[in-house]
Amino acid sequence: MTHREQLTPHGHVLRYTFPERLNHWVAAGAYLYLVATGLAFWSPWLFWIAVMLGGGQTSRMLHPWAGLIFASSLVYMFVKWSKQMKFEPVDKEWWKSLHFYITNQDDKMPPAGRYNAGQKMLFWSFFFGGLVLLLTGLVLWFTDALPWSWRWLRYVAVILHPTAALITIGNFMIHVYMGVFAERGAFGSVIRGDVSMAFAKRYHPSWYEEIVGNSQPRK
Amino acid sequence: MSQATLRIQKISGHAGSIPGQDTQRDLQVCKLVDTTTCIGCKACEVACVEWNSMPFSPTTFDNTYQTMPDTRWNYWNLILFNEHEREDGSLQWLMRKHQCMHCAEPGCLEACPADGAIVQYSNGVVDFQQSNCIGCGYCITGCPFNIPKLNSVTKRVYKCSLCTDRISEGLEPACIKSCPTGCLHFGTKEDMLDLAGQRTKQLKEHFGYGNAGVYDPPGVGGTGVIYVLHDATKPELYGGLPANPSIPFVVKLWKHPLKWLGNLAIAGGLIGLFVHYLRFGPKAREDEDIPPVGAQP
Repeated sequence: MTHREQLTPHGHVLRYTFPERLNHWVAAGAYLYLVATGLAFWSPWLFWIAVMLGGGQTSRMLHPWAGLIFASSLVYMFVKWSKQMKFEPVDKEWWKSLHFYITNQDDKMPPAGRYNAGQKMLFWSFFFGGLVLLLTGLVLWFTDALPWSWRWLRYVAVILHPTAALITIGNFMIHVYMGVFAERGAFGSVIRGDVSMAFAKRYHPSWYEEIVGNSQPRK
Repeated sequence: MSQATLRIQKISGHAGSIPGQDTQRDLQVCKLVDTTTCIGCKACEVACVEWNSMPFSPTTFDNTYQTMPDTRWNYWNLILFNEHEREDGSLQWLMRKHQCMHCAEPGCLEACPADGAIVQYSNGVVDFQQSNCIGCGYCITGCPFNIPKLNSVTKRVYKCSLCTDRISEGLEPACIKSCPTGCLHFGTKEDMLDLAGQRTKQLKEHFGYGNAGVYDPPGVGGTGVIYVLHDATKPELYGGLPANPSIPFVVKLWKHPLKWLGNLAIAGGLIGLFVHYLRFGPKAREDEDIPPVGAQP
């Protein structure tokens, strides 16, 4: 019996290891700071957020560093999860049945694996959104270092950075809603690490089948 | 004139109304630079550095009269030289006093996210307030004239203030005062346009400059610095003066449609999720995993 099994109560299964959970909260902390200060720079009506967080100058100074922390946590997620996030035929079916998912008729959903199509979309939107934010963010960070003849790069950055941010914000809101409110038990998986077998069976039937040994795990 | 000219009509990154806006109309101030009588003596550069208490700025030598390639955070006024070869092979030495244009519709102010870091006074002067500047450099992106310069140590942006401290006391800007040829003039926009028009007429009728004209670009609502050019059809020859400057399209896109679409999407998303929870609630209750009391095994 391994240490991990000792800590996971009977009828539960470990979904996220400690490094994965820690990385999730590093990403969450950095992202919340980035959104808060980013929104302050986005709208004059929200500039008070920057004032609350130590002033506009401090926010401008720390925002890029928080961005680097967030980008590194995305790299870790990519290394750990990108294979599991590959889109598969069942995901197409899942999208077609999205209205059942939204109206809580989960019994009518095609069987999702460890991640359903929505979670995969969240992952990839954050990965590619994060990539765009990182690249355009570097341009905005060192904007004064660009020569006048390269100003087109500033124009590209200044429009893509908020656009990519908005896309991640939309996904983030759904992510928090699903994890905290809609799928009860999901939040525990990024705190304690485990979910109940009932949770696995209800939301990730194919994954459940793998756990109980009825099917081979996907590579 | 002193305090009245410092009334503010535009504030960067400002939520809500602007105190005192439109309560009083003011004469628009304007610098007129007649490039046809500029001799490139750089007295205006020295006067600018002196009046604004800025240190000596190191120069570079590139085999021309150009002492430095561009303005700096502590060097706001620079003569740009161009040894232009005309179609007939003759040389024309073009010189232009390069500084903030004080646009009526300033791209820097449009792009700035910091409350009160850039203001436009009711006399049209666009002024940076370094105490409110956060050093993001968005003004650099917003400016069509490559004017704002960041101090990499203090992380604040600087540029010509049109000697606001002087003109609010009824004095002319330092550069104007120092000009030995009288190619620099200062006054109301109306008077300067009138003077520029007279000079243009003179250039056309008596000096054979058929394309002479006034540079007051409408793309930025007109400017608080206007030029008389020998050839107004080719402003680029004068140190890259843009022919038709305007606030960059992406800055307008970012600050208006994208902002409102984004705000609507965020607010709509939050309301949508809340209403979804009211209507459908959680997918399953956590206690459904636990058999109810008295249930049969």
